[in-house]
Amino acid sequence: MGLHHYLILSALLFAVGAAGVIVKKNIIAIFLCIELMLNAANLSFVAFSRYLDQVHGQIFVFFVMVVAAAEAAVGLAITITLYRNRRTLNVDDADLMKW
Amino acid sequence: MIATYLPLVPQLILITAGILVMLLEPFTAPGRKGRLGQMAVIASALAAYSLGFQWNSTPRTLFHGMFIVDNFTMFFQWLFLVITAIAALVSIRFNQREEIERGEYYALLLFACSGMSLMAASGDLILTFLAIEILSIATYVLAGFKRSDAHSNESALKYFLLGSFATAFLLYGIALIYGTSGSTNYQVIRDVGTLPGQVQVTAVAGLVLLLVGFGFKAALVPFHAWAPDVYQGAPTPVTAFMTVGPKAAAFAALLRILAQALPAMADDWTRLLWAVSILTMTLGNVVAVLQTDLKRMLAYSAIAHAGYLLIGVVTNTGNGFGAVLFYLVVYTVMNLGALTIVLSLSRQGDKRVNLEDYAGLSRSAPFIAASLSVFLISLAGIPLTGGFLGKFYLFSAAVEAGYIGLAVIGVLNSVVSVYYYFRVMVVMYMREAADNALPPEPISPPVLAIIAIGVAGILWLGVYPADILNLASNSALTLK
Repeated sequence: MGLHHYLILSALLFAVGAAGVIVKKNIIAIFLCIELMLNAANLSFVAFSRYLDQVHGQIFVFFVMVVAAAEAAVGLAITITLYRNRRTLNVDDADLMKW
Repeated sequence: MIATYLPLVPQLILITAGILVMLLEPFTAPGRKGRLGQMAVIASALAAYSLGFQWNSTPRTLFHGMFIVDNFTMFFQWLFLVITAIAALVSIRFNQREEIERGEYYALLLFACSGMSLMAASGDLILTFLAIEILSIATYVLAGFKRSDAHSNESALKYFLLGSFATAFLLYGIALIYGTSGSTNYQVIRDVGTLPGQVQVTAVAGLVLLLVGFGFKAALVPFHAWAPDVYQGAPTPVTAFMTVGPKAAAFAALLRILAQALPAMADDWTRLLWAVSILTMTLGNVVAVLQTDLKRMLAYSAIAHAGYLLIGVVTNTGNGFGAVLFYLVVYTVMNLGALTIVLSLSRQGDKRVNLEDYAGLSRSAPFIAASLSVFLISLAGIPLTGGFLGKFYLFSAAVEAGYIGLAVIGVLNSVVSVYYYFRVMVVMYMREAADNALPPEPISPPVLAIIAIGVAGILWLGVYPADILNLASNSALTLK
């Protein structure tokens, strides 16, 4: 297992996540896909960190986890307020404003 | 020893004030939450005052290169503090009227301001990432602050989903740049320079992903789709804040990364941004022509202005960067001014923001109509206003650097923009108000003062630009 194995896996995960964000309609599913993309980046960080034999990348991953948790808190709160007002979790129904 | 960390004082003031506002919020009686807004204004003023002591000190870094202390940092921190103070001040009355009077609002503004300041000061990709997130998470909440309003919810949701989507791109870009250069520190990345073959390809991929991330944050075409919806749906003071603050912060961080960390890849990023700049200007202006909602029109105009700003980045010269800084000041004054008027004239629930509602404004509120005209004339870039000189410096920097085509397209775009800015003035001055029209809301004295200062500022920047221009080019010097 060399560095490039990890990088390819991370690129694939990132692509799956990005495709999911575009294809999925459910807000929670989109949110999960974004988390997948963040963790794909984390995998790259850890792999690079190991390859370069330094800890910077691993420390970065901690920061990303904290940020992801904060984002999840705010994101779910926003989703709940939308659900209270509109009774929907489908992004296609959030269409009050266009063009 | 302690003196070394004095440049952090403005940050500490902002964060302490933010936490204080949160702590005092439950003890403040409903109807008196405006006090907390005044506290936010005072905190911003204090922070701006404490910044003064650091101006023109020797450029240096704190925390192993994480936090850069130089005039560029000071310049942007000043700008962000002014934006935050004005946003807090104009929010007080608006929040009472819209029944969203809660203290957290001002705390979030202060936290967002600390995020923006860190973006300008950051000399390390880790801090840049964290600062962007501090800003973004605070603005997600602000955009959705009117919890019971479906438009505000939708605005927050779109901003949140696309913002975190952008964060993922940014982060992946940072990962690739870290992996290829072996560090997250700007200075070290700069010293690594050009890499051999394959590794350089990966680094360029990292750069592209980074630019995609910043493209979303600064609403550049083709990553702008969220901006009009978010700007339209958010409470208007938040819109005013978002069109100037986070945009300026994104440009600050972008300039730092491109000029200080990645000058070795200048060929790649100038070419990419050249195309993005043309797309952004053109699409922003053309679609703005079609808008009838004033908030939405100003949203597209904000997109177009990001395109003009990119011209200065593309030139990759000290003059170009100085022009970007100068234009950001001018843009802040005119856009904040125009949106302050829009929000002061609107009625509860975002009524009265359509173009038709401005008919006959020159009769019912002559001073406001005249002020709005000055801001719009400046946004269109007509001489004697700051907007003209700002564009002039940007375009001349482009010509100097050999980007004549870019300057020509910029000028043509300004001509298109005249149409939709002047349409508002035509409606205000040449049409009678409908009989059943709601009269405009009376405007409170502090907001009137802000508008008057804004008008004076725009004319001052248009006639005697030397002071601010020197300040801007002086601050841009440290980049090159």
